[in-house]
Amino acid sequence: MNQPTSPKLPVSLAANPKLSSWLKFSAQGQVTVSPGKVEIGQGIVTALAQIAADELDIDLSRVQMVRASTAISPNEGVTSGSLSVQQSGRALRHACAEVRQIFLRLASERLGVAIDALDVEDGTISGPGNVATSYWELAHEVSLDRDATPDVKPKLATHRALAGSSVQRIDIPDKVFARPRFIHDRTLPEMLHGRVLRPENARAKLTALNEDAARAINGLVAVVRDGSFAGVVAETEHGAEAALKALRKDAIWADGEPLPDEDNLAAFLKAQPSESTVIDKRTASLPGVSKRTVRRQYTRPYIAHASIAPSCAMAQWSGDHVHVWTHSQGVYLLRADLALVLKLPVGNITVEHLEGAGCYGHNAADDVALDAVLLARAAGGRPVRVQWSREGEMSDAPFGAAMVIEIEADLDAEGDIIDWRHSVWGNGHAARPGRAAQPALLAGYELKAPFPRMISTNPPQANGGGGDRNSVPLYDFPSWQIESHRLTTMPIRTSALRTLGAHGNVFAIECFLDEIAAERGEDPIAFRLRHLGDERAKNVIRAAARRAKWKPEKRPGIGYGIAFARYKNTGAYCAVVAEIECAADISVRKLTLAVDVGEAINPDGVINQIEGGAIQATSWVLKERVRFDRQRITSTNWMEYPILRFSEVPEIEVELIQRPEMDPVGAGEAAHGPVTAAIANAVFDALGVRVRHLPITRDRLIAAMEQAS
Amino acid sequence: MPSVRFRLNGVKTDIDADPDRSLLDILRGHLGMIGPHFGCGAGECGACNVMIGDRAVTACDTPLWSVADKDITTLEGLGSPEWPHPLQRAFIAEQALQCGYCVSGILMSAAALLKRNPAPTSREVKEALDGNLCRCGSHNRMVRAVLRAADEMAAG
Repeated sequence: MNQPTSPKLPVSLAANPKLSSWLKFSAQGQVTVSPGKVEIGQGIVTALAQIAADELDIDLSRVQMVRASTAISPNEGVTSGSLSVQQSGRALRHACAEVRQIFLRLASERLGVAIDALDVEDGTISGPGNVATSYWELAHEVSLDRDATPDVKPKLATHRALAGSSVQRIDIPDKVFARPRFIHDRTLPEMLHGRVLRPENARAKLTALNEDAARAINGLVAVVRDGSFAGVVAETEHGAEAALKALRKDAIWADGEPLPDEDNLAAFLKAQPSESTVIDKRTASLPGVSKRTVRRQYTRPYIAHASIAPSCAMAQWSGDHVHVWTHSQGVYLLRADLALVLKLPVGNITVEHLEGAGCYGHNAADDVALDAVLLARAAGGRPVRVQWSREGEMSDAPFGAAMVIEIEADLDAEGDIIDWRHSVWGNGHAARPGRAAQPALLAGYELKAPFPRMISTNPPQANGGGGDRNSVPLYDFPSWQIESHRLTTMPIRTSALRTLGAHGNVFAIECFLDEIAAERGEDPIAFRLRHLGDERAKNVIRAAARRAKWKPEKRPGIGYGIAFARYKNTGAYCAVVAEIECAADISVRKLTLAVDVGEAINPDGVINQIEGGAIQATSWVLKERVRFDRQRITSTNWMEYPILRFSEVPEIEVELIQRPEMDPVGAGEAAHGPVTAAIANAVFDALGVRVRHLPITRDRLIAAMEQAS
Repeated sequence: MPSVRFRLNGVKTDIDADPDRSLLDILRGHLGMIGPHFGCGAGECGACNVMIGDRAVTACDTPLWSVADKDITTLEGLGSPEWPHPLQRAFIAEQALQCGYCVSGILMSAAALLKRNPAPTSREVKEALDGNLCRCGSHNRMVRAVLRAADEMAAG
């Protein structure tokens, strides 16, 4: 049954096969590259430029990267899930390889030289006897308005000049020289400013609005109201703020819906109606004899994206067409939802990307775009810029879902695991726009004729899953059952936050394993290696252990912990050794990571992503928890929602295991789960107590000690 | 409206505006500066930091009246691609950011630090930047970049 499989186009290229939608050549010696993925601070634009320059044999400086727009770009869905290099990179590499071949065929005809004898150097195509032409000379004769074909083979890894080297990111100079790159810093001719009024209490309805005071503000252009959606448009940002303040003073809201009891969240999540799925089941051929069952519960709270910049968008109407500028992660997906709300064909809507601050998942970027579109309707054709407040960003944007994870293991007489049961409860981790018959945008729920609130779902396992992401162990336990219970009610709005459920599941699995190993008196690294078959997995664990000189001698107040995961079980491998210090509070002194992302296109970019993920995860573990009472979200500023500060940031060392022959995978979400578990395991090493509930704060530590004694 | 005078990036500036308005609002809304970024509006994140004299200050909660006759420097005044400040060079060399929204405020905090302490230790850099929040986790690179700039300045 060894039939050769016919070659296939990379996914993104199959969806957008026309070569000219990916790249264009100019006679002046430039190549414009137009990916569907967007820059969100992860350096993707640079990595894609490297791939294109490499495959075409041109200098990087000739590549001009175009921002994604529904007017011109290939539709690559959403920039998420650490898939950009995998999807956009592979598509672009293939498209460039084919385009190179097209040029070479033409050059071969022109120069009378066989293709194999031709060489390309910085776009100049030359052959024996000093014959030469170039991409730029041939550009007007080559039409790229044709579909990509699957038979083209990109270069061998060893023939690539730029991939694998740490070129400087192309967006950084603008950002250190205060040149307008962020959407927040852009202005449009005749631009107005808008602000939206939102209730403090979750989902309260606007029952009365006195517009007089707002209308008296100098430079006010419009007060907009549609059901519970209300906002102002003014000539200046200052005026819009003043008008919003005036509007808020006289707004009357009906009671909203009660929020769950924050102090009893685990019980609440487990008691809610849910949709249960068996994610995976493995049955032992020879079941062992269980001597004992260990059962542990782990939780993580709601976590905020907490972007440093409040979300921002601009919109401008022209007749029944609207142009939107956004830092959304998916311009086509946002357009689809805007079309649903506006009841317009998608052809009437253009959505163009501009960079925002790091978003770490589905934050308010899409919501504010609809806000701008609705307010701009009252602006007489002038563009309106809307920016959310810090408070709005911290309370109205979706959060990463709170999770309860229970693991139960049957152990045999030797303390070895013979059966493993993992259950996870929580809301879904995805409610992104553009994927359902109803919109997922906040203002859509507030209109007089409102759309129903979207209940978050989980992506299918084939896409890495959601609440169940990384819930299936990579370890070779003889039998297991993995279940996911997704809530079908959603009192607190959730959607994609970096890693989705992988953060909680890896935390639980890796802490539980640590506990079993400790009970057996076995070294946690030896225990893991004994249960892993995948050599790449073993290699990152060994590399992290070697680098951290595992296991350093015991000192009072200092603890060491290890953890490992392969993100989504199909992506990047990451192992971490954490060194922590316990004084009045826990501080993380050092994180030593080893990572395997396959081919690292830009190694420094990968390390930057891993460092960033490790620091962000440290912040999640030590500090972060969305706070609320029964009426409203209360953690609406940086005092109530603290994140890690410079003085608290651990030293970080990253060892990158280079595998140029393997497909590249993303790095942005690889570190969060392992870092979280490694820190928790280090706390046990230092203090002898297991903290199973995040964040690991002083209060949690005291509670765990009391429970243990 | 009373007029408030100050020097902005070395240029004499005169503003007719309500003196209680925030400096950030004036810089961005009236003077076209985009270096200082709005982050929280409450002086809690440092994205809007500017230098007033030799001190880094959050512009969002600094009232306009308080800067009368002062010297204000925004990121625009720190350096340019042609004449970069050593900090700007160092942040590029160390690739010391991810999204970069916070970096304009961080550069101003760092510039103020190097003015009062040209040879800081890594701990002193972290202390000086403790009022600046970075959500992407580029902290260690930024500290390295500040130390690199200090070295470069010391080497003249």
